[in-house]
Amino acid sequence: MRNLLPILTVLLTLLALWWLAVAPMNVRPALDIAERSGAEVMPSGSVERRDVSVLRLMLDNPDHVAIGYSLDRPRLPTPAQVGQEIWKTTGAMALKGRAWSKRSLIYHGWITLQSTFWGFLLGTSLGILGAVAIVYSRVMDMSFMPWAIISQTIPIVALAPMIIVLSNQIGIDGRTVPKAIISAYLCYFPVLVSMVKGLRSPTASELDLLKTYNAGGFATFLKLRLPASVPYLFTALKVGVAAALVGTIVGELPTGAISGLGARILIGDQFGTPLAIWSALFSAAVLAGGLVTFLDLAQRLTLNRMGFRQ
Amino acid sequence: MPPVISAKGLSLTFETNDGPVHALSDVSLDINKGDFVSFIGPSGCGKTTFLRVMADLEQPTGGEITVNGTSPREARLNRAYGYVFQAAGLYPWRTIGGNIRLPLEIMGYDKAEQAERVSRVLELVDLAGFEKKFPWQLSGGMQQRASIARALAFDADILLMDEPFGALDEIVRDHLNEQLLALWAKTEKTIGFVTHSIPEAVFLSTKIVVMSPRPGRVTDVIDSPLPAERPLEIRDTPEFLDVAHRVREGLRAGHSYD
Repeated sequence: MRNLLPILTVLLTLLALWWLAVAPMNVRPALDIAERSGAEVMPSGSVERRDVSVLRLMLDNPDHVAIGYSLDRPRLPTPAQVGQEIWKTTGAMALKGRAWSKRSLIYHGWITLQSTFWGFLLGTSLGILGAVAIVYSRVMDMSFMPWAIISQTIPIVALAPMIIVLSNQIGIDGRTVPKAIISAYLCYFPVLVSMVKGLRSPTASELDLLKTYNAGGFATFLKLRLPASVPYLFTALKVGVAAALVGTIVGELPTGAISGLGARILIGDQFGTPLAIWSALFSAAVLAGGLVTFLDLAQRLTLNRMGFRQ
Repeated sequence: MPPVISAKGLSLTFETNDGPVHALSDVSLDINKGDFVSFIGPSGCGKTTFLRVMADLEQPTGGEITVNGTSPREARLNRAYGYVFQAAGLYPWRTIGGNIRLPLEIMGYDKAEQAERVSRVLELVDLAGFEKKFPWQLSGGMQQRASIARALAFDADILLMDEPFGALDEIVRDHLNEQLLALWAKTEKTIGFVTHSIPEAVFLSTKIVVMSPRPGRVTDVIDSPLPAERPLEIRDTPEFLDVAHRVREGLRAGHSYD
């Protein structure tokens, strides 16, 4: 708990900076509203104000800056507004028994979480299997590894619609499978790279020791390479699960999905409701934080039980 | 009785970018059953390489070598020797007991046999009660003892040790040397022991093989006149100092080459 204070300090600083930034970001719409309600604004007229810097506007109209903190459609919402919006679409709805309504972030978060889970499962399995193949086969090492690296240079946003179309074409209904594939596409790579490193981490003398026992390849894998790679695996899983979540959200963005946090972000953008975007964004961050924390706990427990000194 | 290990005209040349390195050149040596043989020499003299050739971890490029009358490879496949590396090399994710069980698991001993052997060899190296501890909870000397126990667990007649106490301090080393002698007396194993410490070699061995580098070769083989029973005080006797002197002379002779 000794890192609680620094974390809270950073968090409060970020919130303070955010809150301060709201004033300049929202000053133009705020002045428009003030002018419409009959107040005197310097200079008058929205078009005239376009060429004046936000700092100048704030200095000339100090009385109206406060309006920027309570706009319906702010350029930049305040932390409190985002908090309220998140509560309105999660806790408040759950209290009314509408947690699974299509307007609830719990529902959308759950959809995203499901896809993330399947993508994570698929991605880590592929990553681990790929790493085993690469470590045990020189041909795989020479041929597959460059492709794995190239695969990560293709923007996933470009690939996502194709994956949806193609999986539809071969008769897969719904978006669960294609979203999982997109998510796995981002997730497998860190797992692959880390596991290759982990499976290769045993030293020459550790391998020689098993050779003196006349141990077979499978025993070497099971008793040395695999356990030696566990610390690497957990580091990879933490990166991988975050990548899987990003992959899922990206998979929900350009594909016309109507549920999931990615869809909320897209719809929020199309309908000009920044509050929806921000609250979906924060829900995604909380989700990612939760997943990484969970894996971190699993890592501590496992490594402690395995006797790795931390 | 035929020698346990017999090398005739053995040589091993590593090809490197800077040209060939003659790690071993025309090495001939017989090791008899129950011998405690030390290999001593400066680094690069091929003492570790020689040990690794016996263990089939390196392939000689010339000459002949037999272990238990067979090729080193066959001896390895028959699990004829236990090997102790310079670093204890205990797996951090296994307890001390688990580490000693490792060769037994691989060799397919049943559970009851495994447990019985683990407690027996732990007793032998004076580590009873540490079975459930993890390696990091033990001192360096205790870790090295555990790694010796691991090499003893499967009853190989030959024990090959590559500078096992090289990284330990003098006091711990003395203690372990005494224990190793007691263990050798009790188990009657044939031991090949690489070291760069003259007192250690003289104190432990029935036969001391002095080696020198570039090319790696044997310059002297000394059959120790010291009695089998050796308290630490024997190191102050004239006989001990005589042997030590001869070893030192042999090392110096090897060095005058370069």
